[in-house]
Amino acid sequence: MELADIAIKFGLIIIIFLISLVIAMYSTYAERKIAAFFQDRVGPNRAGPWGILQPLADGGKMFLKEEIIPTNATPFLFIVGPSLAILTACIGSAVIPWGQNMVIGGKVIPLQVTDINVGILYIFGVVSLGVYGVMIGGWASNNKYSLLGAIRAASQNISYEISMGLSIIALLLVTGTLSLGEIAQQQHGWHWNVLYQPVGFILFLICAFAETNRTPFDLPECETELVGGYHTEYSSMKLGFYLFAEYINMFISSAVMATLYFGGYNYPGMDWVTAHLGPIAGPLIGTAVFFAKIFLFIFFFMWVRWTIPRFRYDQLMDLGWKILIPLAIANIVVTGVVITLLN
Amino acid sequence: MESLSNKKKQLTVKPLNFLERAYLPAIVSGLAITMKHFFKKPVTIQYPEQKREFSENFRGMHSLKRDENGAERCTACGLCALSCPAEAITMQAAERQKGEENLYREEKYAAVYEINMLRCIFCGLCEEACPKEAIYLDGDIVPSDYLRKDFIYGKDKLVEAPLNQ
Repeated sequence: MELADIAIKFGLIIIIFLISLVIAMYSTYAERKIAAFFQDRVGPNRAGPWGILQPLADGGKMFLKEEIIPTNATPFLFIVGPSLAILTACIGSAVIPWGQNMVIGGKVIPLQVTDINVGILYIFGVVSLGVYGVMIGGWASNNKYSLLGAIRAASQNISYEISMGLSIIALLLVTGTLSLGEIAQQQHGWHWNVLYQPVGFILFLICAFAETNRTPFDLPECETELVGGYHTEYSSMKLGFYLFAEYINMFISSAVMATLYFGGYNYPGMDWVTAHLGPIAGPLIGTAVFFAKIFLFIFFFMWVRWTIPRFRYDQLMDLGWKILIPLAIANIVVTGVVITLLN
Repeated sequence: MESLSNKKKQLTVKPLNFLERAYLPAIVSGLAITMKHFFKKPVTIQYPEQKREFSENFRGMHSLKRDENGAERCTACGLCALSCPAEAITMQAAERQKGEENLYREEKYAAVYEINMLRCIFCGLCEEACPKEAIYLDGDIVPSDYLRKDFIYGKDKLVEAPLNQ
């Protein structure tokens, strides 16, 4: 690989990293604002116009708070927990195709950090690593509520990963590839996978809610039962990392859902726009469309959070094991049969 | 056995049908309800900038009144302090000197008049007890502060502004 290529990749990585951090930051603001609108309130509006400086104020507060490590906690693992959570949240974005290839001065620049041919498996690997951050943090706190939260997180994530994986298998039968870049390309011109896999999409959506620990699956941090769940003992920026990781996960899973089921950067009339605006502006519009889809998903995450109450623990397990997994298997069988018959 | 009141009613719990058990239609209708609220006007009143209108008999901060010539009406009789169930009012009386007739209406006046706003329960009994119509709870909400001592309001905060100024 040439030096220029490496520089371009490096720049792309930094841009994506910054974008995901900024989006996570402003997700906190958006969450509070949207929650307020859903409850006929105004929301934060004191820091800057319409409160847009609120995330900065919150960040400043987080950094300046006292950093407490409980006496009975395991100090090393106590720090590893949040670090691992934010690390796994950040590396998920590496395989997501953000747009079509750009052509600048005869040089093709892919808007994807790396298009590995097992992209979906990579995402799954990263997602299942994410639970270690929660587990280690909850265990290292040496607090029964933290431990209960961590156990809940682990069992919930493992249960829902199964049905998530099964719902993806049906999608893979349709696409025939594991590479996210190719999957995005295949959906060009209204061949969005959600039209071929509606059941699979709903299963994936439900599992995404569970994997990101969002309501109605936020039992790991269920404050009415577990004080604060796995991050009960955390303060200062270590708590901030956990909260940040949650929002980055939400962003990444929105991006994955938009890529897998909603056409990624594809939009109607794309060829015409690209032909008229040239190879630089065209892909950028595709990227903007992709981000619009992501924001819609993030909004949906928040919309659901302020609508549906939390599940009871046995209901959660019932839903995961007795409903979602059989449904996903049935979906695979039906998809397989239809594909075999059509060929 | 027949119930005495005859109001007893046998209830049956209907098992949920398939659509109800699928839970998704219920979620969708719930989402529709929250979406309706999303576009409603917020009911918030931005307090320090906007204020809700008080009712006519609202009892807020006290003010010590002046008469039509601008002299303080309070004669330091102590009836307000006596009537106060929260014991929030204290005062020290003083005799009016020659030449102070335009300042104080009666021969005796309150040199020090203090209300502890943290003790006050805004019942309005001082207002009712006052024979000179000198104290009224016609002010605003008592503002917040940082120290307890700053909630003891003296005459500087309580007495009405002089007339021609």
